[in-house]
Amino acid sequence: MPKFTLRINKKTHRIDIDADTPLLWVLRDELGYTGTKYGCGRGLCGACTIHVDGEATRSCMTAVDNVDGAEITTIEGLSIDNSHPIQKSWISEEVSQCGYCQPGQIMTAAALLDRNADPDDEDIDSAMKMNLCRCGTYDRIRKAIHLAAKEQK
Amino acid sequence: MKNLDNLFSEKLPHESAEKHVSGLAKYTDDILEPTNTLYAAIGWSTVAKGSIVKIDLRDVIKSAGVCGVITERDIPGINDVGPVFKGDVIFSSKKIKYFGQPIFAVAADTTELARKAVLKAKIQYKKERPIIRIKEALEKKSYILKTRKFSNGNARKAIKNSQHKLIGESQTGGQDHLYLEGQVALAIPKEDNGLLIYSSTQHPSKTQQIVAKVLNQNFNTIDVHVRRIGGGFGGKETQSFMFAAISSLLAKKFNKPVKLRLDRDEDMILTGKRHDFYFKYEVGFSDNGKINGLDIILASRCGHSADLSEAINDRAIYNIDNAYYIPNVKLVSYRCKTNTVSNTAFRGFGAPQASFCIENIIDNISNFLKVDAYKIRYLNLYQKNNITHFGMKIKDNVINDIFNKLINSSNYKKRRKEIEKFNQSNKYIKKGLAITPAKFGISFTTTHLNQGGALVHIYTDGSIHLNHGGVEMGQGLMTKIAQITANSFGIKINNIKITSTNTEKVANTSASAASASTDINGAAVLNAINKIKDNLFSFIQNHFKFNGKIIKYKNNNIYFGKNKITFKKLINLAYLNRIPLSSSGFYKTPKIHVDKSTLKGRPFLYFCYGAAVSEVMIDTLTGENKLLKVDILQDVGNSINPSIDIGQIEGGFVQGLGWLTSEEVSWGNDGKILTFSPSTYKIPVMNDIPKNFNVKIYNKGINNENTINKSKAVGEPPLLLAISTYFAIKNAISYAKKNNKINLTAPATPENILNSINK
Repeated sequence: MPKFTLRINKKTHRIDIDADTPLLWVLRDELGYTGTKYGCGRGLCGACTIHVDGEATRSCMTAVDNVDGAEITTIEGLSIDNSHPIQKSWISEEVSQCGYCQPGQIMTAAALLDRNADPDDEDIDSAMKMNLCRCGTYDRIRKAIHLAAKEQK
Repeated sequence: MKNLDNLFSEKLPHESAEKHVSGLAKYTDDILEPTNTLYAAIGWSTVAKGSIVKIDLRDVIKSAGVCGVITERDIPGINDVGPVFKGDVIFSSKKIKYFGQPIFAVAADTTELARKAVLKAKIQYKKERPIIRIKEALEKKSYILKTRKFSNGNARKAIKNSQHKLIGESQTGGQDHLYLEGQVALAIPKEDNGLLIYSSTQHPSKTQQIVAKVLNQNFNTIDVHVRRIGGGFGGKETQSFMFAAISSLLAKKFNKPVKLRLDRDEDMILTGKRHDFYFKYEVGFSDNGKINGLDIILASRCGHSADLSEAINDRAIYNIDNAYYIPNVKLVSYRCKTNTVSNTAFRGFGAPQASFCIENIIDNISNFLKVDAYKIRYLNLYQKNNITHFGMKIKDNVINDIFNKLINSSNYKKRRKEIEKFNQSNKYIKKGLAITPAKFGISFTTTHLNQGGALVHIYTDGSIHLNHGGVEMGQGLMTKIAQITANSFGIKINNIKITSTNTEKVANTSASAASASTDINGAAVLNAINKIKDNLFSFIQNHFKFNGKIIKYKNNNIYFGKNKITFKKLINLAYLNRIPLSSSGFYKTPKIHVDKSTLKGRPFLYFCYGAAVSEVMIDTLTGENKLLKVDILQDVGNSINPSIDIGQIEGGFVQGLGWLTSEEVSWGNDGKILTFSPSTYKIPVMNDIPKNFNVKIYNKGINNENTINKSKAVGEPPLLLAISTYFAIKNAISYAKKNNKINLTAPATPENILNSINK
């Protein structure tokens, strides 16, 4: 089996695995980063969203050989102490209910703020509309992103 | 019970908020499996009705990484996971009753290998023509449960004597739960024939009982643990049992831990959904729109088995009034048997469907009388001390006040004028506006389920560990229970640890369902706390020679007379003096009773009330629609945690919005489900939520009953508020049509809106 060098949350992991293995399963099953969730396996729900070189990426649809050497960040690596502005605003706006989709929501939101420091409602809707939340926390997600943008300034 | 309102005002986020945002909150699938764990997959029927002619699993067994397979023959106990009635067989080897019915399961080294192996099965079927739709089931008299006839007053006479009558029919669609965390279970063999099961379930005790029966073992050999679930919404009240049972059967047979996690498509194919309903009615009313009598047929698609369909259809009967006084009701409730998955609990449990039905009738009355529907709604609202059609006196009615307040705060009348103006000057884009009220009864209608249990330990350092029967599924139950405990002992919430809901700690619990988990389990926790407090009271009296009657727990101290001692010191002192610092607790909901033959009585302890105003815009050329603004006023009593409650109201509304506008469960005539993935089944997303989403808690809310802090339940009632959006759409359509007869099939998808306009 091929060997891959994965940079995850600023740590280097060497791993032997089939090249077409979805990154989601490498993260969860091989390396124990269980903060990234399985939702649908087809890139339709966003629960598995991570950052690959800073871009919000569906890990369930990303083969491991596509990210060899890339800089990968999972929810566990966003900060070590929940100090990322998005994490802080998520807590203060009391966004999460069941919490299962929230790592994906947060990673999508953090990538949005990285490329757009002051998103308006339309920007937020456009960036977040592919992340499903069955508890219906959307209104608070929107508020939390605005808050994080404000705090970041 | 003491009113503790001041102690509940502190802003307290969800107990797992920090863990949710860091990825450290563990769900069942995140638990590190033991190294020898096997992974399972299910082989299921690809036809909806018929019989199995031949099963050949030889290639499955030979497939790479496979440890073995199980079928019906490998079940030592009963082959059934039905929660109330029998009929939910685990594996069938003969009769096929629905598309997706499990036939066998495989255990292999990985999930992928197990799924690959399943595909190698060769199964021959003798197909039969399935019954899929409600009308077909009615024609063929295909029922899963006895038809219920219900009557109050004389509806036929009341209709006959009315100035007007309308006859009509309507229907509501199904709804997939689409919890983001799908069905999953991990079963681990333990010594003495035991099994430890981690399951994503709303009902650990029933999981324990059912798995024990399937394995033909005593209940006490099965332990079930649930720390949190990634959404349930009713979809894990009973639907989780099948997967816990299959992983347990495999774990037993191969004596290894077995994990079964469904693929999303499989989850949507194999599990039951919200009951869709068909209604046919005749209503008699006066010139001003007051309803005198209602003669109605309710028919629901229950699927292949009874599951919880009896209680769900009963609740539909109880909620056919929604918030209206209907003096004469004649009702027949058909529980249709179809060759589809067994429909099950879903937030609202039959009530949203029934509320929708009466709201549609009222809407049709207002179209007939050419009056703004809000007037007809207001006219028919319950008044104080009205008696419902099921014989329960409405003592806690606040719906008139809520309705009036919301009409004013939402500027309903002004907006109506603006909308009429807009619609006059716009040919293709039309706006619509509607207000709908909601009333929702709280308690399980199956009376014996209304009980809760708890276990509270205080350790000698003053830290507290507690368990109770409820499952955390995002509703903030654990947070509220921790608040109740902290307030009762006057200590900080970080002294309290709540762990997994666990059949070893608290036995014989009910499902976390019916919105009542805080009411029931919170009261059980308080009962346990009060027993410990009684011990501490006697100890303080004896030890400190204290003769007073009042001891206060506040600010980490205990105050008695002029003395004060820290909580921590008191606990340690009590321990040294051999005072018990642990207790179990119990609660049963008082006052409720139902005559099972007539369904009359007092099925509910109290009612929750609310109302919502929706404003929408539709494109009459494409059927596209947009929810522009929502105003909600919901009664939650005297809230324990307003922020959590508002989150529940928002979330309930959004889920109802999906049910009525975009979520369409479709079945082919061959019984195959066509909508089994988020690609073909659309739940609300961010841009479906209006920028103007105004949710307020009714500030005069107080529970007349003795609940904790005089609070009310909040999980299910707000889902009914989304009915306002559907009727706002129907209202918008009315501006595009020349006649006043509007048939809009629910959900109000663009397709159905277009059909309604063009009909």
